[in-house]
Amino acid sequence: MSTPTGAPEGVRAPGAFTPRPGAAPVGRMIVAQALLETRMLLRHGEQLLLTVVIPTLLLVLFSTVEIVDTGAGEPVDFLAPGVLALAVLSTAFTGQAISTGFERRYGVLKRLGASPLPRWALMCAKSASVLIVEVLQIALLTAVALSLGWSPKGGVVGALAVAALLLAGTAAFSGLGLLMAGTLRAEATLAAANLVFVLLLVCGGVVVPLERFPEAAQTVLGALPVAALADGLREVLQHGAGVPWGALAVLVGWAVAGLGLAARFFRWE
Amino acid sequence: MHTTAAVEVAGLVKRYGRKTAVDGLDLTVAQGSITAVLGPNGAGKTTTVETCEGYRRPDAGTVRVLGLDPLAQAAELRPRIGVMLQNGGVYPGVRAMEMLRHTARLHRHPLDVDKLAERLGLGGCGRTPYRRLSGGQQRRLALAMAVVGRPELVFLDEPTAGLDPQARRATWELVSALRADGVTVVLTTHHMEEAEELADRVAIVDAGRVVAEGSPRELCRGRAENTLSFVGPPGLDLESLLQALPADCAVGEAAAGSYRVTGDVGPELLATVTSWCAQHGVLPERIAIERQTLEDVFLELTGKELRG
Repeated sequence: MSTPTGAPEGVRAPGAFTPRPGAAPVGRMIVAQALLETRMLLRHGEQLLLTVVIPTLLLVLFSTVEIVDTGAGEPVDFLAPGVLALAVLSTAFTGQAISTGFERRYGVLKRLGASPLPRWALMCAKSASVLIVEVLQIALLTAVALSLGWSPKGGVVGALAVAALLLAGTAAFSGLGLLMAGTLRAEATLAAANLVFVLLLVCGGVVVPLERFPEAAQTVLGALPVAALADGLREVLQHGAGVPWGALAVLVGWAVAGLGLAARFFRWE
Repeated sequence: MHTTAAVEVAGLVKRYGRKTAVDGLDLTVAQGSITAVLGPNGAGKTTTVETCEGYRRPDAGTVRVLGLDPLAQAAELRPRIGVMLQNGGVYPGVRAMEMLRHTARLHRHPLDVDKLAERLGLGGCGRTPYRRLSGGQQRRLALAMAVVGRPELVFLDEPTAGLDPQARRATWELVSALRADGVTVVLTTHHMEEAEELADRVAIVDAGRVVAEGSPRELCRGRAENTLSFVGPPGLDLESLLQALPADCAVGEAAAGSYRVTGDVGPELLATVTSWCAQHGVLPERIAIERQTLEDVFLELTGKELRG
């Protein structure tokens, strides 16, 4: 074993490849994976349009120009909770479905499957990166809403209720997004996830109050996860209610169904 | 030297629907060796390798990798192996070095990523997104990802497909360096030249089975096409020549004065024939050696017709 002549020093030193295998500590792997996935989400221009630009524009536009009758009170008090729900939808559902669909298509999930990173750790990292992006979105949208005169209600209990709603909503949307990404082709996921985003934006009680829809439709639309999240957030932040158990129950129901189906039907390749 | 094999595949069968991709395949890979799995497209190479990597569940047969079951003991096995898929495996928007650094972070004692990238000629495109890398750069990044965790065993699925000659040479040098440092390498290829250049053992796979196995030289040895021919005076004493030659050789006078020696044609055989000629006062003319290449063996075994 001698260094081939003319080789750059250190680059081809014999023994460089001597096996020394081992997985990194699982916590470190999850942190690394979560940070990488977060960077991928933030770097993706089309995703930023969905996760940042559209919610911010809707908040500013509908708060300052009376396009839809948002009922009594300041429009921003109605809109801010709805736009927060939309932000969660855009990242946990649309963004995650599209990125995971393409990761599956490009063999990223397959390759990670042969790495020391366990699947459960990959899912933890994905959830963590979704939560990181959501925190950034919520910080931005809250700042914009406050500058538009938003005055959220609810004390400590309210804050806890909001956190619980956001987490349950994230779980519900993640389950549905992963179900879609793990069963459809990447292109179909791209189209369907965007379509669902637009439909829920219009019909999910985000910027248009559900009361504007026919009564028969209201019951169905009210059971949609984005409507449950928006209404739950409004009950707390606009009306100062305690924990909105009804909305929370709807979201937990969607989360259990979505994550259960995703776990059952998700195909890694 | 080593008691346990790095890979032991016995009677592997894998079907996709009605199509049988692997049909009773046996393969043993010695630790510290380079084994090339050679075969035409659709022969079952990738399915075999992916079963070893834990991606496929065998329909029959057993697979042991580093003594472990790739499915039941996946968590134990994964950190110890390096995997280079036939294509993809990387986020399209990730930068080349970002991906390599990330892969290194999943391991406890990774290689120095900068040195590895330099060695594989990836230093110049470290900040380029994966989707903008050339095909060759993408393959080399995938190779770097397979070895960065300092595995005991690497599976390289067509590591040089689409590479230019320089990049292919760099890959060959890296694979040889892996073996020199004690890493076991299993690679699939349909380049004969690659198998001949790199591999200690070659397993020729066709229609889901190993149809021939051995060192490249063993595979080419002892076939009728390996001949040494020369022209000399007619009627030489062939019995005497035959006795001078190794046991498995044959000698014939195809036409008057036109001789053919068949067998394991190597430098020793040539020397034996010429010294026999010298002892008998014969000046052999038009000495010609035709050796079968691995490609000839491959085509002979797997057929010459093109398949889909």
